[in-house]
Amino acid sequence: MGNDADTGLSAAELGALRAIAGAMIPADGGLGMPGADDPGIQADIVRSLGRDLVPVRAALAAIMTTAAGGFAAMDPDGREALIERWFAGGGEPAATFARVILGAYYRDDRVLLAVGMEPRAPFPKGYALDQGDWSLLDAVRGRQAFWRDDRIGAAGTATGTGGER
Amino acid sequence: MADNERVDVLIVGSGASGAAVAWSLADTRMRILCLEQGDWVKSSELPSNGRDWEARRHTDFDISPNRRGRDTDYPVNDDNSPMKVANFNGVGGGTVIYTAHWPRMHPSDFRVKSLDGVADDWPLDYWALERFYEENDRMMGVSGLAGDPGVPPRHPPMPPVPLGKTGTRYAQAMNRLGWHWWPSDTTIATTPYEGRAPCINLGHCTPGCAQGAKASTDLTYWPLAIRAGVELRTRCRVREITTNELGMATGAIYYDADGQERFQPAEIVILACNGIGTPRLLLNSASARFPDGLANSSGLVGRNLMLHPWPIVSGHVADALDGGRAPMNTMWSKQFYETDTSRGFVRGYTLQFGRGTGPASEAIAGAASGRLPWGRAHHRAYRKLLDHRVGIGVACEDLPEEHNRVTLDPVLKDSHGIPAPKIDYAISENTRLMMEHGIARAEEILAAAGATGIQASRTVLNSPGHLLGTARMGNDPARSVVNGWGRSHDVKNLFIVDGSIWVTSGGVNPTSTIQALALYIADQMKRRLANLFD
Repeated sequence: MGNDADTGLSAAELGALRAIAGAMIPADGGLGMPGADDPGIQADIVRSLGRDLVPVRAALAAIMTTAAGGFAAMDPDGREALIERWFAGGGEPAATFARVILGAYYRDDRVLLAVGMEPRAPFPKGYALDQGDWSLLDAVRGRQAFWRDDRIGAAGTATGTGGER
Repeated sequence: MADNERVDVLIVGSGASGAAVAWSLADTRMRILCLEQGDWVKSSELPSNGRDWEARRHTDFDISPNRRGRDTDYPVNDDNSPMKVANFNGVGGGTVIYTAHWPRMHPSDFRVKSLDGVADDWPLDYWALERFYEENDRMMGVSGLAGDPGVPPRHPPMPPVPLGKTGTRYAQAMNRLGWHWWPSDTTIATTPYEGRAPCINLGHCTPGCAQGAKASTDLTYWPLAIRAGVELRTRCRVREITTNELGMATGAIYYDADGQERFQPAEIVILACNGIGTPRLLLNSASARFPDGLANSSGLVGRNLMLHPWPIVSGHVADALDGGRAPMNTMWSKQFYETDTSRGFVRGYTLQFGRGTGPASEAIAGAASGRLPWGRAHHRAYRKLLDHRVGIGVACEDLPEEHNRVTLDPVLKDSHGIPAPKIDYAISENTRLMMEHGIARAEEILAAAGATGIQASRTVLNSPGHLLGTARMGNDPARSVVNGWGRSHDVKNLFIVDGSIWVTSGGVNPTSTIQALALYIADQMKRRLANLFD
């Protein structure tokens, strides 16, 4: 089976990606969260695979192998258990696969709005930062200096040279 | 091979030290040229301009050259090391991607043999560098607060970064424990400074600052150095330093932007390529005259690599804090910096107090640590993580050990066919004891701050991996590569100004000291111009 020229993934791999991502991060209507199998998020994932294509393909193949071809037939409990088990021992492909899915998911406008963030780049607007409570520093200000001054030896003699030795 | 016009001074590398030494030497009116293998970085191309700003920390702005993989990078074989190498190849070097945390070394760091009976003393002391630290603080633009009882006096020209909710939470915990803390010095501008705009809290500062608030040498030293007549050529990758029959450096062979091999003659050569790049270049400059590599009669080129093991201890609190919408570091503690032998190890560490992280980074970290489950529990768990993170870095001093080293990889090469560096590195028992002590203290602090789910990462993949010690300075040519003012013992017109000349590493981020040392060496050169090669 050939690969999609744009994504590098075959139709079967795209299907597996959608099913696995949807099990990793399912939609939650009550919290206003789309699933990672949402078409827009899926498009972002495959668009951003780039240098991660090889480990992502390896991850998809490994998960499908672990499921013995039956991932689609599993109930949600079974899918989640399989995914948790595979990620625990999946090594670098698992870490890369997780990063790719989460990286695309947590920049989706709907996701960011639902978790209370503005869907925008940091620049140029930036963010506000409170000064905090500087009065807490009063407990430290009055302390004696406690860094070791090498100009004062054990017997109270100057030892530092202020230059080369 | 094409020859260029001779210059008085050839500097290899435009990062923290190369920029500082170029600027300082410019007032000699010598003809100075810097060759840089990377490009200028445009602020409009930095990640925080776009919605993919977090993802790009794992691609073209990754701190690892191996994962970044730009054509201007060279690969590093770091398979035999629990820590990985961080660098950036471009104008500004590592200052483009550093955290801008700005501690100085302590006076005791220069005298570890005399005070603690380990490693070696430096051939100079803190007080020789003090005025160069001050000068560099003005040049880079430092924000901080004078009066810290944990460090020698210094005078940051701008006020500190706000504590925010996160810093306030840490400060309450530290006061409860009775331990030292102080707002961190940083080269992030908090007010307009020398043409730089103040920080507007874009988020984490490591992948470059689109606002220009973070000092990198492409913004600070280089415009002034170029205005003073220094020439900076980009996309020029140096292959080797050449020598003559007198054993003096004659210049460098490099590949220009078109891939053409060129020879650049020079009266003085200064290496500023960091603790990996400099030994790589010296070893690649082996010749019949210098069969073990240039400037390597001591056999110490590449040895004594120090990387700063840096455990990270993190947890989450119930209240929402600043998240990733502020500079990364908020404060430091020097409570455990100076040696106390009752702890079971010598030397010490700085505790660095971090803020949270961005939405995708929080999820990735949560999944990796097991805090964030997959499946239907994912969303509710995530809401307890985002903006609730607290984390402390334990900046450990690792002492020099000759088996920790940089060599040339027999197979791996860069895009020009130049042998790549290979590092072999292991963490010593003293450092392991220090790390465990620091982790335990950080856990106490986070618990006092109300955090739960506290976890420690002992060697984090993205830990800094500062590059130090591989061409150490000293007065004894048998035990060092350069003398007390950066000149090679073997090649009298060859100087090294980067972190490779460090004798020990201290327990602090190194850039402030790297640059102070570069300014000190430039000053020494200027004082000795009449007899520089004697």
